[in-house]
Amino acid sequence: MSAELEVDFLAASTRALGDPQLRRNFRRAMDGLMAKRAAAFADPDEWTRMRALGASIRAKNLLKLPELLERLELNLCKNGIQVHWARTTDQANQIVLDLLRARGVTALVKGKSMVSEEMGLNHFLEAHGVEALESDLGEYIIQLDGEMPSHIIMPAIHKNKDQIARLFSERIKQAKYTEEVDELTAMARTVLRRKFLEAGAGLSGVNFAVAETGTLCLVENEGNGRMSTHVPPLHLALMGLEKVVERLEEVAPLYSLLTRSATGQAISTYFNLISGPRGPGELDGPREVHVVILDNGRSRICQDPELRATLACIRCGACMNHCPVYTRIGGHAYQAVYPGPIGSILTPQVEGAGLRHELPHASSLCGACAEVCPVGIPITHLLIRLRREAGHVLPGSPVRGGGGARSRREDLAWRAWSWVVGHPGAYRAAVWCATRLWRLLPARAPVLEAWTRSRAKPRAAGASLQELARRKGVDHV
Amino acid sequence: MSEREAILAGLRAARPLEAPPAPDYAVIAGKGWDPAERLLRLKRCMAAVRTEFIEAWPDDWPRAVVDWMLREQLPDLLYGPGTAEGRALAAAWPDQGPRLRPYDRPVESFKRELFEEVAAGFTTTLGGIAETGGLLLAPGPAEPRLLSLVPPVHLALLRADRIFDTLFQAFRELGWDRGLPANALVVSGPSKTADIEQTLAYGVHGPKRLIVVLAG
Repeated sequence: MSAELEVDFLAASTRALGDPQLRRNFRRAMDGLMAKRAAAFADPDEWTRMRALGASIRAKNLLKLPELLERLELNLCKNGIQVHWARTTDQANQIVLDLLRARGVTALVKGKSMVSEEMGLNHFLEAHGVEALESDLGEYIIQLDGEMPSHIIMPAIHKNKDQIARLFSERIKQAKYTEEVDELTAMARTVLRRKFLEAGAGLSGVNFAVAETGTLCLVENEGNGRMSTHVPPLHLALMGLEKVVERLEEVAPLYSLLTRSATGQAISTYFNLISGPRGPGELDGPREVHVVILDNGRSRICQDPELRATLACIRCGACMNHCPVYTRIGGHAYQAVYPGPIGSILTPQVEGAGLRHELPHASSLCGACAEVCPVGIPITHLLIRLRREAGHVLPGSPVRGGGGARSRREDLAWRAWSWVVGHPGAYRAAVWCATRLWRLLPARAPVLEAWTRSRAKPRAAGASLQELARRKGVDHV
Repeated sequence: MSEREAILAGLRAARPLEAPPAPDYAVIAGKGWDPAERLLRLKRCMAAVRTEFIEAWPDDWPRAVVDWMLREQLPDLLYGPGTAEGRALAAAWPDQGPRLRPYDRPVESFKRELFEEVAAGFTTTLGGIAETGGLLLAPGPAEPRLLSLVPPVHLALLRADRIFDTLFQAFRELGWDRGLPANALVVSGPSKTADIEQTLAYGVHGPKRLIVVLAG
């Protein structure tokens, strides 16, 4: 989807920074989410041990991915769930369309699925005459407005209730204007209940897929996930291949880490474990359940021992909630399905390190993201790694488009710097010049201008540290 | 090569890594709460997300359900007639007053009724979770899946002596780690959302009210 946009992070983030309403909406929301998460992990010892547990479970699962995926497939099949594999998002879209067409389905209700965003599924289906309706309230809101999610957990967090009130009164038939959240919610309930009743198929994501039992786990609060997966006759589930875990007991701590990190909830309203379609004697539930396992670059990422940690992510969104950059520019500025720190490491790996070279720089490297990550992904290290990937072809790296953002000017500057610091005479001369001539350099000089556009020109010391030391009688500098 | 084979081959090409430390589950296991503590915790957690409780004696809960229905003036209650609890409920149901409706047909034959008419649904549970609040449900032929989802009010029977410390413990004691029913479920409150300005709103898609009938 993001490929359709003209990718220009600098322009998009500059625009976002100039929108005071957007900044207020994000500041308020992120402050709230941070406070809730902090309250949910009030005991630092328990947090440390839980995170260590989560990290070790995810690392172990990633290490055994091929074996676990095969076991998952076997056990899903035993349970009557059909499994499809897709290497690319195009293939995944086609699989979904073929399944719907073969059953004459023209309307699909969707529970929340980030993989479907990755696929650009809604646009694809609509182009092929299938209505795909989002039923998660946040996703429903942004779909009404033709937008992308700006947060992976709270997709409509960039909007305030006045904006949503206006949107509903314009786009929902017979809706009256109201800013009451309960009434807005009730409107969506009325519209969507009808859709659940009539839809020929429901689609969902997958939070965890348990290999040992052949089970798909779905975490949600609204009940739209259960509606989408249990009311229509056909249930399609989409999962990234990294979602597999070996055993059910591993799900308990991961689920706890997920809800507490995401929204500060000890537990979500619903935790739905699906291990089969409608069984013999059952009076409801879907007749068929299908799972699409999507790769889309994941197996490539998995080949690198350092980058592999990216796949440990359980999509809680805590890294974005705590990111000072995300809080100020919001999710849309990233022009990617996954915004915030996790997106800044994932997107360049999927779409190309050169093409999305700005994203790893959308960070002050303050480390808040890595500190709150419930599965211990070293996000800051990976940001630095991907900054290097953008400018250099690293031998053996599975990242595509490495070195794509290499700049000749930058290269030249570094080569000059490296020569200067390697030659003491040249270095001393350069420092002497810089300290004396710095004052004469206008603040708007080329190159320097990139810094002084929004900052005062720094003042240089009259003498270098070495000179000062020598004056003090230190002679070995 | 099929897509499946291509993906698996790609994954197998990964350079082997040292095994990470074995997961240490001590932090989530063994809370060791006594029954009173478990009950207290479950009630506190679930009440905090607007779950309501009806207290009843272990063998007298059907009457408590009837009384509650009368008090709330709800017109009907859908239930699964195939369980022992369903039969107990039917036996105690009065001739006058709210209707007790069995869920005994495939959903296709009464989907619209289910969505547009039924006021409340009754289900049993396999137990509860003390640590976080939550009820464990395993719908099936005797108690269809939509009973606990579509009607605006969900009444759920919980035996006070069936409360587990944690979800982790429940998975083990219910044997779910070896195999699960086609659908299993944890429900911790009425349906809710915070998607509009993080303002909590109840009853978005699922039940607007969750009533725990606490027997024991």
